[in-house]
Amino acid sequence: MSQDKKRDLKKVGRRDDAAATPNPEVLEKGKKIKENIDKLLDEIDEVLEENAEEFVKNYVQKGGE
Amino acid sequence: MTPRILGTETEFGVAVKDAAAQDPVSNAILLVNSVDAVPSRNTLWDYENENPLVDARGFEVEGEKERPAPDYNRLLNKLLGNGGRLYVDGAHPEYSTPECASVRDVVRYEKAGERILEACRVGAERTAGEHRFVIYKNNTDGKGNSYGYHENYLVSRSVPFMRLVTQLIPFFVTRQIYAGAGKVGAENRANPAQYQISQRADFVEVLVDLNTMVKRPIINTRDEPHADKTKYRRFHVIVGDANMSEVTTYLKLGVTALVVSMIEAGYPVKELKLADAVHAIKDVSRDLSLKQPIAMEDGRQWTAVQIQEYYLETAHRYCAERGADPETRDILARWERVLDLLARDPSQLSREIDWVIKRDLLQSYIDRKGCKWTDSRIAMMDLQYHDLRPEKGLFSALEKGGYVDRLLDPEAVDEAMVAPPSDTRAYFRGRCLEKFPDQIYAASWASILFDVGQAVVKRIPLNEPARGTKELVGGLLDESDTVESLVSRLSA
Repeated sequence: MSQDKKRDLKKVGRRDDAAATPNPEVLEKGKKIKENIDKLLDEIDEVLEENAEEFVKNYVQKGGE
Repeated sequence: MTPRILGTETEFGVAVKDAAAQDPVSNAILLVNSVDAVPSRNTLWDYENENPLVDARGFEVEGEKERPAPDYNRLLNKLLGNGGRLYVDGAHPEYSTPECASVRDVVRYEKAGERILEACRVGAERTAGEHRFVIYKNNTDGKGNSYGYHENYLVSRSVPFMRLVTQLIPFFVTRQIYAGAGKVGAENRANPAQYQISQRADFVEVLVDLNTMVKRPIINTRDEPHADKTKYRRFHVIVGDANMSEVTTYLKLGVTALVVSMIEAGYPVKELKLADAVHAIKDVSRDLSLKQPIAMEDGRQWTAVQIQEYYLETAHRYCAERGADPETRDILARWERVLDLLARDPSQLSREIDWVIKRDLLQSYIDRKGCKWTDSRIAMMDLQYHDLRPEKGLFSALEKGGYVDRLLDPEAVDEAMVAPPSDTRAYFRGRCLEKFPDQIYAASWASILFDVGQAVVKRIPLNEPARGTKELVGGLLDESDTVESLVSRLSA
């Protein structure tokens, strides 16, 4: 019983340690997600319609429904 | 619980990159006539049963019924092998899914419709020139012109229409918190907004009406069942947004079908009355934190999430007492989880709910560029999120990059472009069009007219949406080598 409790405490302790110094794997994953979003944002500039202002201004839809 | 028959209609926006070709009707006609996957180009749409002027409150308004001459009829209407309809409505290309008997199937056929419209664009550019059209699945041009997305739920004629009206108004005012497609800015003289939850809220002007184009209502009263009118109503919902996310679409349609079912079965939500629903729908759309209370008629203050939770509780009770199929149980569980997340932190739904997905994308871009919400690139992104071109659409980019959750197998969506669902009358319609393309004189939701080489065409009514299934007519269709033999077996 006391053994179990000790183990539990140890576990809790470990979790605290983990929070203080992030797991490199988690860090790596977070970095990757950030990089992916950056990559997507770069791509958006490439796919976005040219002359956005003009394009949006000219988009007029009448006669719906 | 018996499966409910349901389907959606989507009007698409079209941008034209040629100043000399701006007539929207000609462009819509060109687009719908540019798709290859149409079994027969001669089949007419049968307008005989259609009358959008009948009001569910018990009267008919004056107006001219749509009855185009045959040649024009053929130009405007394409009957699809999947049982759906591609057509020109006013000045827009529009797609109706076939009648479906499960929510997942409606989502599948709606997504197939996006691909059919993309095929229209590719086809039209082959004749009209490249990079000419952009097609958007959204609901507004951002300048006060809206085009619709309509949901249809088959309900029993025995349900008093006013019961649906009063019990569903608070539901439709607040459903946008998980069904909104997101929009930059405000329009139609509504209060200003940097970003709001719904595309359509700014256009809602009255509680209940037959109109769909002006004075838009929360509850539409069109009484055109497209089925046996002594047994059914088609509850026609025009207040919602067209969604890009499969998950959002599934939740929106699934929860609505469930709530309609429970009200139909007499599980009331009568305690809920909003003080001013038309104002509230716009206020909810502007409350991105989802914390603002809405005034009730009796003076209480509830948040949008609390109102939805009230419907959820009733739905739980309804399902516990009446039983629920696996899809309904899945929808109930998703609804509960989404409401819980919306109450705590809506940003956690950035893979599932359109307005959150779009807001996160725009916010990341703003943070990165240091630009403002009023920047024209942000307005462009707001529109381009809905662009159907796989290489240009921003939702499509998020999907390809794995940033959003999917519901469907992409191959099953491809299949839905051509094959009808097996469990509604759409099966009979789609199979007949595919098998006898030259002998289907006309068809509609509730009829099919065979040309059997005689002086008069043979009209077969399809007044029961849940019949005409593979189980009921699959064998008959397989065994009939000619339309004459099919018709004689049907009449036997």
